[in-house]
Formats: sequence, structure tokens, C-alpha cells
Amino acid sequence: MIRVVLPGHLRALAHVNAEVQLDITGPVTQRSVLDALEAQYPMLRGTIRDHVTQERRPFLRFFACEEDYSLEPPDTPLPDAIASGKEPLLIIGAIAGG
Amino acid sequence: MSQVRVLVGTRKGAFILTSDGKRQNWNVSGPHFAGWEMYHLKGSPANPSRIFASQCSGWFGQIIQRSDDGGKTWTQPGTPPGEQTAPGGAPKGESNKFVYDTSATGKSLTTHMWYDGTQHPWEFKRVWHLEPSPNDPDTVYAGVEDAALFRSTDGGKNWQELSGLRGHGTGPRWQPGAGGMCLHTIILDPKDPGRIYIAISAAGAFRTDDGGKNWRPINKGLHSQYIPDPNAEVGHCVHHVAMNPSRPGVLFMQKHWDVMRSDNAGDLWKEVSGNLPTDFGFVIDVHAHEPETIYVVPIKSDGEHFPLDGKLRVYRSKTGGNEWEALTKGLPQSNCYVNVLRDAMAVDSLDKCGVYFGTTGGQVYASADAGDNWNPIVSHLPAVLSVEVQTLA
Repeated sequence: MIRVVLPGHLRALAHVNAEVQLDITGPVTQRSVLDALEAQYPMLRGTIRDHVTQERRPFLRFFACEEDYSLEPPDTPLPDAIASGKEPLLIIGAIAGG
Repeated sequence: MSQVRVLVGTRKGAFILTSDGKRQNWNVSGPHFAGWEMYHLKGSPANPSRIFASQCSGWFGQIIQRSDDGGKTWTQPGTPPGEQTAPGGAPKGESNKFVYDTSATGKSLTTHMWYDGTQHPWEFKRVWHLEPSPNDPDTVYAGVEDAALFRSTDGGKNWQELSGLRGHGTGPRWQPGAGGMCLHTIILDPKDPGRIYIAISAAGAFRTDDGGKNWRPINKGLHSQYIPDPNAEVGHCVHHVAMNPSRPGVLFMQKHWDVMRSDNAGDLWKEVSGNLPTDFGFVIDVHAHEPETIYVVPIKSDGEHFPLDGKLRVYRSKTGGNEWEALTKGLPQSNCYVNVLRDAMAVDSLDKCGVYFGTTGGQVYASADAGDNWNPIVSHLPAVLSVEVQTLA
């Protein structure tokens, strides 16, 4: 079971109140996690990565175990702690404000 | 008894203001979609309980929302809460998918001009305006940035570009204005289903007479001294166009500078700024029952986006332009430095005609007597991006 923490606005959009949990078979990567996330919460399609190019939206970043995976290739395996569900994958929006 | 529903899009959410036909006491609902930029909301004339909304964010992109109960509850078309995938497992949630048509060649139809004069690829950013069909509650048009026109015929689930607009030939000469290269005005001719008018900043106005297959610029008579060829076929910064449905061939335009009118469906424009204290502005609208009565809110200049002399004044012409009177009763007449953006004025169809507009200072003003007297419905919303009105039986 994979745990994902979404920004507040995306939690509202997906009608969830807390972190989401996903079942993934096969390698746990950015791509497989986002594929599973969008399959379970289709209203999030296009909000994290572009509909067509599948590129990460520029103001969002992916953190795992306090490491920034945003610029890693999408098929790079995520840490074991993410794959085991011990740690969540954080999807974080750029800070807005002053 | 009649009711009025005012749909307000702001920088930080949507608000719905309702009143009975007297338009004196208002109920305020919202914020809906708190924290999101709500560029535009508009109700379906064919089913007034159905409202379409454009929700967007610099972080998360574009979302289309739809209500089928007058704004009480909302859903992304095609993605009811709790229903996550279509039969067979295909994901839903396509209602926010706006993809430029590449079907002809596999590539983008064309490029447009960037601020520095170089050519630039089309990049989808947001939906500025939603225009529901007057007859079919499932058909709705979307004007987007970078400028293109999309249409949904399934209640907003799926969107297809009417690519004849971008592809008709002048696209490489379109250029973004300061607000982006947005298609902000869509007018559906109520008497001729094939005729659609649109306007783009900064490209100009365009018309199709065959339902969107073929388009042509309708900018003859516009004169813009801030572009290299002031009388160019395209490149004019049209801010808004308005029409009274009873006379679909007569159009009124607030250009960057200049208020214009056309009596022949845009084939030729003439200036009707007349005695306006400044003819820069964004909004323009037409009285619901008097097609020669029009409204603008003059703004000081393109460099100073606030009312002249700190006085918020709506100007009304009862002669279709040229002769204007200032409407000030109930509006601030000192130290007012708000703006009124292009889609932030609307009229109801009651008798007397109600006129509404919203400001970047978060006020929504209403007049229940065609502009003679004004009152704020709300005073402290986020910056208002759009105002639309539904008159309900």
C-alpha cells in the first residue's frame, strides 16, 4: 500500500480529507504512483501532470523520505520506505505568498 | 415571483448572490471553490439550474465544474463523486482536458506572435469564458488562453477545438496582450445558429457564419495607434463585445481605447466614444429591453487601470453611443482606484432592467433601475473577475 499526501486544494478536488492510499502492483515509481492516483481519483487528471505530455506541472514537486525526486526520470524506483508504505510520497505545491 | 441569481467569479473563489425581483435584499453563497481563481461562471439559458464554471490555478491547471441545481452542489462533468472509472476501467475526469487540434497534420496548426515579435507555439493556460448554448443544455463553448475556441456537446465532459478559427490564416499575427492571449468574448447569434462572434486580446474580433468551420476577421474600422499598422486586419486589443439578443447584427465594442459599434454584424465599425471622459475601459453591455442603451465604465488609461479622478462612474448612452451621461448615485465619488474587468458586467431581463458589475476591490454593485441608482450587494470579496446574471421565473 502506497501513501500519498496531496496539497489541500487537490484533496478538496478529490473529496478526500487526509492522505490517500493506493495499491500498486509492480515497480513503485513516480509514474506508477501517479497512474494509480489518477485511476482512483480521475478528477486529478491534468492537475499534477499535463494531460498530453505527462510532464509534471511546473509549480509542483515530489518529495520522498525528505529527498526531492521532482527531476528524476518518472520510472526511477522510489525508496523502499515509500514502496512499503512506511513513508508517504509528498506532492507539494510551490509556496504562495510573501 | 421572479428571482435573480448573480454569478460572481473572483481571484479566490466563486460567489452566488440571489434576490427576489425587487433586488433589494440579497443572499450571498460562497466561497465556492475557495482559493481557486474562478474566471467565469454562466448559466444555461436552456436549463437555468445548470451552471458551468471555470476553475483554475497556476499550480493545478484548469478544471471545469458544473452544477445542475443552481449552484448548490458541483461536480466535474464526467466524474460524479464516488464514481471513479468508467465501465471497463477507463479513467474519467476528462472534463479539464483542452487539447489543441492537431488532427490535420499531427502538429500544431500554427504558431502565434510572441511579445518580442518572434513566433511562439500555442500553450493552453486557462478558460476565460464559458458560453452555454441558448437551446441545448449540453452544448457549451469555451474561450481559452492561448486563444482558441472549444465546444462540448455532452455537458462539459469532453471538449473539441473549433480549429477553423486558429487555422484560418491570421493566427501567426495574433499577439498576447498584457493579460495573456485570451479568447474572452463568445456571442452566439440567437436567430442564426451558424453565426458566432468571438474576440481575442490582442487579435481582434472574428465571425463564423457556418457554425465554426470557417472564420474571418471583422476588424474593419478599428484604429489602434499602439500597433505598427493602426488599421491592420488583426492585432487590435478588443476588450469586450456586447449584443442585445433582439438585434444580433448590432454589436458594441469596448476596445483597448475607443468604444465602437457595428450595425452590420462586424463588417464595419465606427467609433461612438463621443463625450466620454476617457474611452479606455474593459466592460460594455446593452440594456435588456432598450437595444440602443449601452453601458461602459471608463478607466483612466492603459497605464493607470482605475477610474478617472478617483470617481467610479458608469456611463450610459441611450442613443447607441456618442452621447453619454455619467451615472454616479450610490457609487464612490472620491478615492476610488479599482478596476472593472472585461467580463464583470451583466444585465438582468426584469423590468426595469437590472445592471450589475464587479470590481477588483471586491465590490459587486447593482442597479435595479437601469443604472439610475446603485447599491453594493457585497463590498469585500476577492478581486472580481466576472459577473453574470440569471433572471429566473
